[in-house]
Amino acid sequence: MELLTELMQYIMNNQSELLALTVEHILLVIYGVVLAFIVGVPLAILAVKIPRLAPVILSVANILQNVPSLAMLAILMLYFGLGNTAVIIGLFFYSLLPIIRNTYVGLQEVSGSLLDAGKGVGMNSFQLLTKVQIPLSLPFIVAGLRVAAVIAVGVASIAPYIGGGGLGKEIVSGIAQRSDIKILAGAIPAALLAILADYLLGFVEKYTKKRTA
Amino acid sequence: MIELRKVNKVYEDGTHVLKDIDLLFESGKINVLIGPSGCGKTTTMRLLNRLTEHTGGEIFIDEKNIADFNPIELRRHMGYVIQSIGLFPHMTIYDNVATVPRLLKWDKSKIDKRVNELLELVNLNPEQYKKRYPSELSGGQQQRIGVARALAAEPATILMDEPFSALDPISRDQLQNELVRLQEDIQKTIIFVTHDMDEALKIADQIILMKDGRVVQKGTPREILTNPANDFVREFIGEERLKTAEPLPSLSNFIDPTIQAIHLSESKESVIKKLMEQQCFTYPLVDETNQFLGQLSLQKIMNESSVHLEDFVDPSVQALTTDQDIEDVLEYLEKHKHHSLPVVDNENMFVGMIDMKELFRSVRSVYGKRGGN
Ligand SMILES: Nc1ncnc2c1ncn2[C@@H]1O[C@H](COP(=O)(O)OP(=O)(O)OP(=O)(O)O)[C@@H](O)[C@H]1O
Ligand SMILES: [Mg+2]
Repeated sequence: MELLTELMQYIMNNQSELLALTVEHILLVIYGVVLAFIVGVPLAILAVKIPRLAPVILSVANILQNVPSLAMLAILMLYFGLGNTAVIIGLFFYSLLPIIRNTYVGLQEVSGSLLDAGKGVGMNSFQLLTKVQIPLSLPFIVAGLRVAAVIAVGVASIAPYIGGGGLGKEIVSGIAQRSDIKILAGAIPAALLAILADYLLGFVEKYTKKRTA
Repeated sequence: MIELRKVNKVYEDGTHVLKDIDLLFESGKINVLIGPSGCGKTTTMRLLNRLTEHTGGEIFIDEKNIADFNPIELRRHMGYVIQSIGLFPHMTIYDNVATVPRLLKWDKSKIDKRVNELLELVNLNPEQYKKRYPSELSGGQQQRIGVARALAAEPATILMDEPFSALDPISRDQLQNELVRLQEDIQKTIIFVTHDMDEALKIADQIILMKDGRVVQKGTPREILTNPANDFVREFIGEERLKTAEPLPSLSNFIDPTIQAIHLSESKESVIKKLMEQQCFTYPLVDETNQFLGQLSLQKIMNESSVHLEDFVDPSVQALTTDQDIEDVLEYLEKHKHHSLPVVDNENMFVGMIDMKELFRSVRSVYGKRGGN
């Protein structure tokens, strides 16, 4: 109880700083995930259109996903130096797999009869993609974004080890100073962010599902 | 007009599904492909819009080889109702129906007008349904939208793969009637796949019966019913339907033998007397070998001074022949409003006068048997 009042007190006193860290955290995640979306969706389409490429694309994304996060960030730091750039690239790598895999599955799931209907009315393969396949895969694509965002919120928390910002800063300095309050003041908002991302994108996912059923 | 010449289809896995198919789909006709599951109906249909490519033979549309068409263009000018309806679930009814006109880059007002027109055509109120999604429609309504989408850009040819299969008997019956009515207006070349013989008999101009990738028989519903090519066809049609399709008895059953023809040698006076006695205005005339010369007309006898009976023949009356199809006879009688007609055999020998009462009684009894459908 005492801890809680102390924590509230701390948060009140450092409001603007904490808010800035939260915003930075969110931006890191958004940059990483959006970048992964821009690259991942076309790669998934490529994997569907050229089945020979599918195993290559999926396994590369899979390997990236399996590198331990601290190791990944450390390696990236070697190439991109200290700072947020390396962090964003790390988040981008981590987000690739969920986005590629979900988009790939979503595109594959579009029923053969709807593809026939699309081809049957005379759509060319680009029109088939943009008017039928992608709209119908939206729930899957959003689900991929959702997983990616939750992972990225977590990974972004260790950004300060390679000179990045975000709520991790508060946690890391809390660890160094052995301050429970600081650790909690960084960790709780980070956890809330993950829950919020999950909830919001879950809501979008449900909406798109309703429209494609 | 679409023509298939010795068309074969072997799928990539080696299954030979179509074997030497020769077919002619005439413009403005409803052609029904029917046969057991897996016999190749859908495959045949998909060859026509090149969703599947044939591996042997040739296909012509209006004398042009289908291989020379751009498949995308070809499909935009050929309506296709796929076997599983295939409405796009993420698009409104409006957007579904507007798909092809949009691909053809029609302008907005023209598309608006066309969508309204089509929804009315398939009996769905445009204002009520336009903004709905397919999942918000009943199965029957979805099938109507499927048909509307296929008609949207006024294609000359429409492919329909079991379009009414998912419907209850009442909606199906209604849609079949609508299709026949619609076809009277739009006069498209329709290729229609079904499993249902009653459906085929009801709507088809031409029925094509398939089995194991071959055409077993093709012809009008009447030809198929009255002249099934083999046991498979008989079985496929079903005894019940064959029975009801019994042809009407031949014309020779309805001849009234009591009326004797007048001989050329008889005198004018005796003829007049005979006509008066029998209360007839007209009477058949034959020569000494019983060759039919024509129908004597009382009016001519009274008005013309000649003594030769040939001069009193009414040239507008033609004799029926005994082998004439009874349905043609009925049609002729209806058109010309004759009360009785002479019948001759193939050598033009007089056989007798047609017995109208007996004819109508028989027609009524046959109609009563068919009355069920
Ligand atoms: N892509 C394919 N590859 C290999 N075989 C196929 C393919 N598509 C269809 N077939 C086979 O071709 C045959 C004819 O199929 P098709 O779909 O034309 O039958 P159908 O007459 O339409 O049957 P149904 O009444 O069940 O719809 C079947 O034996 C089917 O298994
Ligand atoms: Mg089929």
